[in-house]
Amino acid sequence: MLLKNTWNEFIKILSKPRSYLGIGALTLLIGIIIFAMKADGKSIISFVTASFEQTLTFNGHILNGYLIAFIILQMLIVHVPLLVALVTGDLIAGEAAMGTIRMLATKPISRTNIVLSKFIAGAAYTLFIIIWMGFLALFVSTTLFGTGDVIVLNSDGLVILPEADVLWRFGAGFCVAFLSLLTVSSLSICLSAFAENSIGPIVATMSVIILFTIIGSLDVTVFDTIKPYLFTTHMVSWRSLFEDPVPWSTIRQSVIILVAHNVVLVAIAIIRFNKKDITS
Amino acid sequence: MTTEPIIRVEHLAKRFGTFEAVKDVSFTVNRGDVFGFLGPNGAGKSTTIRCLLSLIRPDAGKVELFGKSYANERSAILSNIGSIIEKPDFYRYLSAERNLEIFARISGANVGKKDIAEMLDFVGLGDRGKHKVKGFSHGMKQRLGIAQTLLHQPELIILDEPTTGLDPQGIVEIRNLILRLRTEQNKTVVLSSHQLSEIELIANRMVIINKGKTIVEGAVQDLLDANDLQVRIETDDASAAKSVILAAHPTTDVTQLNARELEFPVHKDQVHLINQLLVNAGIPIHAIEPKRKLEDYFMNIISSEHVA
Repeated sequence: MLLKNTWNEFIKILSKPRSYLGIGALTLLIGIIIFAMKADGKSIISFVTASFEQTLTFNGHILNGYLIAFIILQMLIVHVPLLVALVTGDLIAGEAAMGTIRMLATKPISRTNIVLSKFIAGAAYTLFIIIWMGFLALFVSTTLFGTGDVIVLNSDGLVILPEADVLWRFGAGFCVAFLSLLTVSSLSICLSAFAENSIGPIVATMSVIILFTIIGSLDVTVFDTIKPYLFTTHMVSWRSLFEDPVPWSTIRQSVIILVAHNVVLVAIAIIRFNKKDITS
Repeated sequence: MTTEPIIRVEHLAKRFGTFEAVKDVSFTVNRGDVFGFLGPNGAGKSTTIRCLLSLIRPDAGKVELFGKSYANERSAILSNIGSIIEKPDFYRYLSAERNLEIFARISGANVGKKDIAEMLDFVGLGDRGKHKVKGFSHGMKQRLGIAQTLLHQPELIILDEPTTGLDPQGIVEIRNLILRLRTEQNKTVVLSSHQLSEIELIANRMVIINKGKTIVEGAVQDLLDANDLQVRIETDDASAAKSVILAAHPTTDVTQLNARELEFPVHKDQVHLINQLLVNAGIPIHAIEPKRKLEDYFMNIISSEHVA
């Protein structure tokens, strides 16, 4: 029954116009970034590298597809959660608003399976968003700009990653980014189980992300103890894969915390939905 | 008709915060019944029906369907029930056919495309299967709701206000559909409705609840003595007719509705005698019709409850 209802959820997601809204917006944003890089990328790169040019000389194809893919991932990972929440926040609350939750809950499928099937379908949608983002960022960028070494600016300074050492980092980076977005998906599904319309969970999800991001960026001692446990702290941990050497223990910790968030959020959604009196 | 109980509700209670929606509701529905579930607004009908379908968890009391309880046999119970609660809601962005496919897939039965097409034909939507539900009228959605209800061939059908918002033609269509379910498919139907005349026409048993409590339960014929009628007479001179009736039957409670209409209670065997009496007195009779009795019965029960 879980698989059957998961299939139903796929059909529903694929039939909703809002699902394509997110994909369309993502395509447009990436298109704009690529266009901007094509039009004025060299001056943007020169501006960044200018401060190092007294001590370093940059040779070769710096403005390449890999660098642009890195920039795209860095710019959009903050905005894509909204596109994910737009769909996943609607999965339970949208049915409550539409009234179909009554029909669904009077079928011989357990409420736990209803939530799990929505989580799986939401995860599949999130995965598709990440794959689409990866395709546009990597395939289109490398087709238009070619490949080359990647120069990454981080807190320790410049890291130059050889061309042959980049693709696996993107692969792993997209996996960690997927886990981050999956946490957003789980959060919005969880909030969706408490709501009767989809606007609430979508706005609440974004509010939580903004709030946690602000707490994470404030240099206040009282927040230092909770910062490592906020999922937003770990949403940018994919960047660690572009350091040399890669801080695997930090990434492992981020993955554990993000997985734990997913488990707890889905468990809360299941408990809440099982206890919920459906009065809508 | 068999008296095998298919639903047994005992001392059901449900509270939402400080509001007691259902205080003490008990009734039994037997296999093959068309069971009327009546009560004024706020009586607790919808809450009770939602408890029957496991949408709401009761605080106290017992709900048993097919001799099973939701605590450990939820799937087995729900796979044998088809229901419409208040109004059938569908995925507006999907076609009628696709909506039925979605619900059929999780109904626990093996329902194919052919069954869906046949069911759409059965409810008169055979040519609208590919159309998106967002373009459907309320009546079409109700019929699609009935199709969804019957698709997996359940034994028990629960319809909460199935005629709400329908035009007179739609009401007749749904009534005929329910009668066909009983006669052609031998389904057990629980029907909650504000349309008392509908219940009177199609239900064989009923329960009336008020303020969250069961007031009366039984066979419709037993509760509404079929021989004691309330009739309305239309004539040219209602005052003269009233005088003639009272002269012959002084204790009759005759109400003159207007210059041409009278209403009074009378035993079924006496109707032709009253007619003869008036005709012999030279008073032409244009119409004699029995009033629907459930309405009066219901109003009496509810108003006596209010007094109590």
